[in-house]
Amino acid sequence: MSQPAILERPAVQTPRELEESLRALDTFPKRLWHNAERFRDRVAFREKEFGIWREITWRQYLNHVRACAGGLLALGMRRGDVVALVGDNRPELYYVALAAQALGGVSCGMYQDTLADQLAQLVDFCDARFVFCEDQEQTDKILSMEAHLPKVERVVVDDWRGMWRYRHPKLLRFTELEALGREFLSRHPDRFLEEVAQGRGEDVAIFCLTSGTTSLPKLAMLTHRNLLSQGENFLAVEPHVSEQDEFVSFLPFAWIGEQMLSLTLHQLVGFTVNFPEEPETAQRDLREIGPHFMFAPARIYEGIHSAVTVRMLDAGLLRRRLYGAAMALAGRRLDLEAEGRPLPAWLRVLWRLCWWTVYRPLLDKVGLVRMRVAWNGGASLGPDYFRFFRGLGLNLKQIYGQTEIAGISCVHRDGQVRFWTMGAPIANTEIRIADTQEILSRSPSVFVGYYKNPEATREALRDGWLHSGDTGVLDASGDIILFDRSGDIITLQDGTRIPPRLIEDMLKFTPYVQQAMVLGEGRPYLAAILNIDFHNVGKWAEDRGIAYTSYMDLSQKPEVLQLLEGLVQQTNARLQPAWRIRAFVSLYKEFHPDDDELTRTRKLRRRHILERYGDLVEALYTGAPRFQATVTVRYEDGRVASLHPVLEIRRLEVQG
Amino acid sequence: MGDGAPLMDVVLSVRNLTLHFAGVVAVQDLSLSLREGELLGIIGPNGAGKTSVLNCINGFYRPQAGRIVFRGRDVTHLPPHVRAQLGISRTFQNIALYPHMTVLQNILSGRLLHMRSPLLACGVYWGLAQREVLQHRERVEEIIDFLEIEAYRDHRVAELPYGIQKKVELGRALAMEPSLLLLDEPMAGMTVDEKADMARYVLELREVRGLPMILIEHDMGVVMDLCDRLVAMDYGRKIAEGSPREIQHHPDVIRAYLGEEHGEAEEVVGSA
Repeated sequence: MSQPAILERPAVQTPRELEESLRALDTFPKRLWHNAERFRDRVAFREKEFGIWREITWRQYLNHVRACAGGLLALGMRRGDVVALVGDNRPELYYVALAAQALGGVSCGMYQDTLADQLAQLVDFCDARFVFCEDQEQTDKILSMEAHLPKVERVVVDDWRGMWRYRHPKLLRFTELEALGREFLSRHPDRFLEEVAQGRGEDVAIFCLTSGTTSLPKLAMLTHRNLLSQGENFLAVEPHVSEQDEFVSFLPFAWIGEQMLSLTLHQLVGFTVNFPEEPETAQRDLREIGPHFMFAPARIYEGIHSAVTVRMLDAGLLRRRLYGAAMALAGRRLDLEAEGRPLPAWLRVLWRLCWWTVYRPLLDKVGLVRMRVAWNGGASLGPDYFRFFRGLGLNLKQIYGQTEIAGISCVHRDGQVRFWTMGAPIANTEIRIADTQEILSRSPSVFVGYYKNPEATREALRDGWLHSGDTGVLDASGDIILFDRSGDIITLQDGTRIPPRLIEDMLKFTPYVQQAMVLGEGRPYLAAILNIDFHNVGKWAEDRGIAYTSYMDLSQKPEVLQLLEGLVQQTNARLQPAWRIRAFVSLYKEFHPDDDELTRTRKLRRRHILERYGDLVEALYTGAPRFQATVTVRYEDGRVASLHPVLEIRRLEVQG
Repeated sequence: MGDGAPLMDVVLSVRNLTLHFAGVVAVQDLSLSLREGELLGIIGPNGAGKTSVLNCINGFYRPQAGRIVFRGRDVTHLPPHVRAQLGISRTFQNIALYPHMTVLQNILSGRLLHMRSPLLACGVYWGLAQREVLQHRERVEEIIDFLEIEAYRDHRVAELPYGIQKKVELGRALAMEPSLLLLDEPMAGMTVDEKADMARYVLELREVRGLPMILIEHDMGVVMDLCDRLVAMDYGRKIAEGSPREIQHHPDVIRAYLGEEHGEAEEVVGSA
């Protein structure tokens, strides 16, 4: 059993002191308490359950947090304790996170698709005494690794479904936690606000996993002040966000972007956060809500683009023609705007016409029609995608920032959205380019350090400046232009330096390519490893009567390779000769975070891929026509099989 | 494991059932019984008469001899829809859904038996009728949640993959709120993942709701893992009955399977 609850009595405070502390609004729980007074029965959360959107008001939000906090107190939570949370987005995640913060604790979100051993490693590393699991899947991961988690005392489970035989002493239902809390608080009615009043802006509020593309993930410690000042400084340049707005929370809770929107901005502004029914219904639920803004990584926009393109390929001739013409017109408008030239009247009229007949219906289908602004964060989005969305009339903007600066340091300003920049610094944020061209930033949001990793902290944080590891320059208007991560830039044998991301974005700008990795460090020319998009290429094959059995099989069909070759040629035609792809291979599997090939936010882990596919890379440059790979497959039931797919290496003639 | 359920609470008792079609014997003198909360498996080679037994229980076929007693009531001569009202629900080997209706509508159709409001009132959709419709919808949504098919709610059944259609069929059977569920090869033709899902649903129905079920299934791994008790059939006769362990080692069962040319048709295709 857990140890008897050690009730650390808060320092004695006069009611006046308590009131003053609460009014400071310098922590999230204080904000929530304030919002419950301010907004009362306005809708804070909306969650789709059993096919119906259910509303949770601000007062109910506070009551849930209060109950959870009481429960955690009853279980012996002390100030500074860490609560790890893992699961799909649900209001309960926020109840527990805020309850932890109300008690001076720290919430630490974990990516829900993390494998059991990695999850256990992280939970153990962050010293969590309490773990919140959304469902059986996550609970199983924690329980299966129990031997490695000596510090975990209780595991709170939201959805008990399927766990009818679970009798583990550490397990506790979410409803039990709340009941425990209500009972506890009925005996100590003032305790909750006393605890909240103890909180200070400089207390650590969250640990946030950084998407270390290079090494093991690091946990950035962010204080309430870090996050709240981030929100305020962001709102200073994006003042349109209002309490009437709708937002859909469908990206991982562990991601700083989600914390930024559904925690920070939510508490600051008071809009409604909507939770989809299931991850599979997110697209549909998004459309039902029609959010007013969205903050998502590049892969979401890439996904929407590819869904639209596939649907258009399937449409009748008339629609296809109309779509083609409308998109050409949109491009024309963007070009004129980019050159700063006035739009001729005929173009304005035609554009309006296309807005009502093509752009608007299209945006409506994907749920973006009400969207005032869509921010792209994480990795930058390829220019082709930017043109596509902005052409449709969606106000897509780039955001730049790191987890270590609470997510955002730069954003495009309206009227100055240019595809090649990452925008200008938000309020109270300084950006400097070091002599090494490294991007440095300074603001009240710069984190206090990595948890239990002083070495990495020293490297990232020097004299108050956050060292990003990215390189870039500032343009004349103060916008930041980002180069590829310094380590990523490819230097060919003859010394030509090429940013691979640019070419990869062009290769991916088709529904048929899911991932692309361009390589060629120290080689005479560039080559590429492509992942086909199983769903879209599969449909393409079915439409043409090409039978296939699996991803592996489909990826090597001659017709599919021909399709890919055409796409690579199209890309090459837009590139100068030295930058063209001269050999490519269609990989027998998709890159996956479970295999360490991608980060959890779906960025390529180049070094790891180069290591893992070393022999294949070698074959790309030896002139071999094909390559036999050896793949070890571990089935879910534990069986291990060895496969030997033969990959065809396609070579392209490059003139000039 | 029968959890030591007393013999008193017999849900279904089939006595000396005989069914033939113009001289072809489908079921011969078969007796079986099912207790409360029990999961009974019927196994046997193709054509052994398994589905015929289910058809007799739910009333599609009229046996020439024998008696079927369901919850203390002799239902042998009752038509299928009356038996359905009494709480006998089933799924079919070959999917029997309304292909042009949505998942929601298909499952809702399982609620028809429980509709009380007259047709006209439903048409007006006001007052009691409206409240009733909402109640039914709630039940259906619980089932959709249970089967994890939220993403398909408004899809037409015909457009859906086979594995999902199977789930919808189970959903419709559950919508009737049965007190006895007959499952005719619910996992046939499914992928490994889908089978695992279906097994989870069946287990949950037994563990959480205590719903008595009869399961026909060819995948022996599934049957052995899930069922409390098995009845083995061959040529319309019961050749063995007992726990999965006993059946596995029963000489007659082994003979029926190995001696038969098309013994185990449903070999799972292993990966090369």
